[in-house]
Amino acid sequence: MSVGAPKGLASSGRKPITEILHPLSAAEEPLSPGPDVTVTVEGDKEPGLTNGTPVETPSPASASLLFNRLQLDNDSEADGRDPYATAETRDLFVTVDDPKKHVSTMETYITYRVSTKTTRIEFDLPEYCVRRRYQDFDWLRTKLEDSQPTHLIPPLPEKFVMKGVVDRFSEEFVETRMKALDKFLKRVADHPVLSFNPHLNAFLSAKDLNKRQGLALLTKVGESVKHAAGGYKLRARPAEFCAMGEYLDTFSHKLGTIDRIAQRIIKEQSEYLTELREYGSLYSNWAGSEEELQRPLEGVGNSVSTCCGALDDLSENMSQDFLPVLREYVLYIESMKSVLRKRDQSQAEYEGRLEAAALRKQEDRTPMPAEVEKCQDKVECFNADLKADWERWQSNKRQDFKQLLTGTADKNIHYYEKCQAAWESLVTLLQDKQAEDKTSETN
Amino acid sequence: MIMADSGSSEEVAAIGSADISPTESENNIINTMVERGTALLRKMEINVAEAEKRTGKNTVNMQETYTVYLIEIRPAEAVPEGGVPATPDTLWRRYSEFELLRTYLLVTYPYIIVPPLPEKRAEFVWHKLSADNLDPDFVERRRVGLENFLLRVASHSVLSSDEIFFLFLTEEKGWRDAVLETGFQEKVDSRLKSLSAMFRVKNPDKRFTALKQYSDEMHAVISQLLRVRARVADRLYGVYKVHGNYGRVFSEWSAIEREMGDGLQSAGHHMDTYASSIDDILEEEEHYADQLKEYLFYTDAVRSVCKKNELIQYELEMAAQDLAHKKQQKEELETGTVRIFSLKGMTSKLFGQESQEQRESRLAALELSIQEEEETLKEKNTECQEFVRTAWGDIERFKEQKNRDLREALISFAIMQISICKKGIQVWSNAKECFNKL
Repeated sequence: MSVGAPKGLASSGRKPITEILHPLSAAEEPLSPGPDVTVTVEGDKEPGLTNGTPVETPSPASASLLFNRLQLDNDSEADGRDPYATAETRDLFVTVDDPKKHVSTMETYITYRVSTKTTRIEFDLPEYCVRRRYQDFDWLRTKLEDSQPTHLIPPLPEKFVMKGVVDRFSEEFVETRMKALDKFLKRVADHPVLSFNPHLNAFLSAKDLNKRQGLALLTKVGESVKHAAGGYKLRARPAEFCAMGEYLDTFSHKLGTIDRIAQRIIKEQSEYLTELREYGSLYSNWAGSEEELQRPLEGVGNSVSTCCGALDDLSENMSQDFLPVLREYVLYIESMKSVLRKRDQSQAEYEGRLEAAALRKQEDRTPMPAEVEKCQDKVECFNADLKADWERWQSNKRQDFKQLLTGTADKNIHYYEKCQAAWESLVTLLQDKQAEDKTSETN
Repeated sequence: MIMADSGSSEEVAAIGSADISPTESENNIINTMVERGTALLRKMEINVAEAEKRTGKNTVNMQETYTVYLIEIRPAEAVPEGGVPATPDTLWRRYSEFELLRTYLLVTYPYIIVPPLPEKRAEFVWHKLSADNLDPDFVERRRVGLENFLLRVASHSVLSSDEIFFLFLTEEKGWRDAVLETGFQEKVDSRLKSLSAMFRVKNPDKRFTALKQYSDEMHAVISQLLRVRARVADRLYGVYKVHGNYGRVFSEWSAIEREMGDGLQSAGHHMDTYASSIDDILEEEEHYADQLKEYLFYTDAVRSVCKKNELIQYELEMAAQDLAHKKQQKEELETGTVRIFSLKGMTSKLFGQESQEQRESRLAALELSIQEEEETLKEKNTECQEFVRTAWGDIERFKEQKNRDLREALISFAIMQISICKKGIQVWSNAKECFNKL
């Protein structure tokens, strides 16, 4: 059996939503659809699979899937390459860009343009263009967490920024935040389950996101997970989830270390830059009191100055591109940990009820209550969802860090290339002059 | 690297060559000195080959450790094919003996810009560099500096033919006595006086004034440059070394990864390589700093030549003033008019005129004195003119040398920077390859 998306609930009066079947339920019968619900299969042979994700086994980190991810996006309409989606079967493209400042009497805030292109029938139109602010993203994420508690929801950039410490309206801050929001939305759109969530649909398409009214679209699982808060203690986390937990802890720690190292490098580079600037200007000063040596000295001063500019660019890049991605992954790890905890809770509830029922059975031989079975299903679903998301997350992480680290190496190479060019042109200039002088001397 | 085939003794850098290190650049400078040729250098090759630590009793009978340097002299002729190079004549000298030699040269040739010695104590150091005189790196750089000093003296048209210098190179034991016998010690005191004296010249030679100002400016600028350079070196060291931390954390991270493990581990090694490359880089840069320091110290030598000129000029003016004064006295005595207040005049008024005899004897004495003073003045004039002529000749030579050497040093500095960039690109490219395999 599988956990489905909301059944038969309209979202803002549009067409009813597809029954979302679990990606791992490939072998099982699709749920008999309700009167309003249709099952769509997008470009894939296996029935019941959503989004055409060619999952043969419950490990999307398999070679073929990875290959798909790494494929160049030749036939997509996407603005840029999205390393997360499979090339052939993507049918939902989202982009966040174009930040604008809005000033009202009450407050000042930034909105971003969210553009959507899609062929999915869940959407009425093939294209949407709406403006959303951070609050709206936050709302979306909360709704996703509530309605899909068994899934890993990608993180958002930090919500609170200390006023006075960071300028919320500086170009850099807005740019960094926007990139993170774009990444968040793309990850959601790429997720085989999350991307069909009606809240996402509303977020992408509604003219006015009426959040207060709230789309009461809680899944069955959502409700029951919320109620499962009460006091069940987990006895033993299964080994594989333990391994996940340990991995996340260690990984988070390492990322923290890398973050500190990167910050230290930025600091050292900044201090080096200060001294280097003075150093360069001294050569230029010296040039002023020399005749024959004026050109070489000025040349050195200029080359040093060029290197300063290149270093400035490098450091800025570290701050703006490298560090935010690291920090975002730390948040991602926290999300994953919280999903693990929820899974633990759900298992705890099941075990608790099971125990209680077993005791009662002993006493008065009543059959296993249906609740217990439901709990068991819940746990199994949760485990399956989590495992699938975990594999996806691992694969994405690998891609993301490969890109991040290669990019950093590139920036450093670029920095040295710029410096080398500056010095080489100086040497050529000076050696040419030297040759000139010598020929004129010997003549 | 050095194209010696063209026969032109002026070519010191191969055109378009981008591989000269600062040490090679120093060699270029030395080759220029050698090729410009003096009689001395035509005869012999000079090296400061080694350094050794010695312990011994000093003048106050206390144990001390000091370093001695081995000077090697070889005949300058080329070794025939298959022949054995002649064994060099060698002797050991310590730094204080070099100092003694230089002081002797300074007072004996006050119109010459005498080449400076490498610094007595390490200055302008950045934190990783040792300020210890016995530190092997410092000793090595000093050895190079001392050799440079000897070659500069040996290639100087005037200084190279000095007997004491020759003995310094050839006579280990008897040299000290020979130097002291020249009696240069007295001149040392008068020179010190002249350097610190606060006299005012009425008609200073404008060229020397300008030169002194230029020299002072250069001193200030190079000092500042060396100070900031040390700070830059410190900071750059920090940047490189922090990257070494990546090595460790990548290694730890790789332990929890499956597919990413190998790539991270290798990349970490490259980061370690990057971090440790800074030591060599900064070591090489010290040679460049030494080249700047030489010219910093040269400014002191230039300054003292200017000062000497001032002193001579001053003495000349004083002598001329004296003579004028005496001539006036004579005139008064002859004509009987007292224009200038003098004690004699006063006492004459008070106690009566002196006798004709007295007057005549005084006049005779004055005449003699005037004659002597005129001779002195003539000598001083000649001395002054001679000084200006010879000094200015050496100054012109020095200017050309300075321009050549510093230009060479700047080119080699640029080349060093290129090499640093290339190394950086290499390491990061290697790391990138590892990251690509993640």
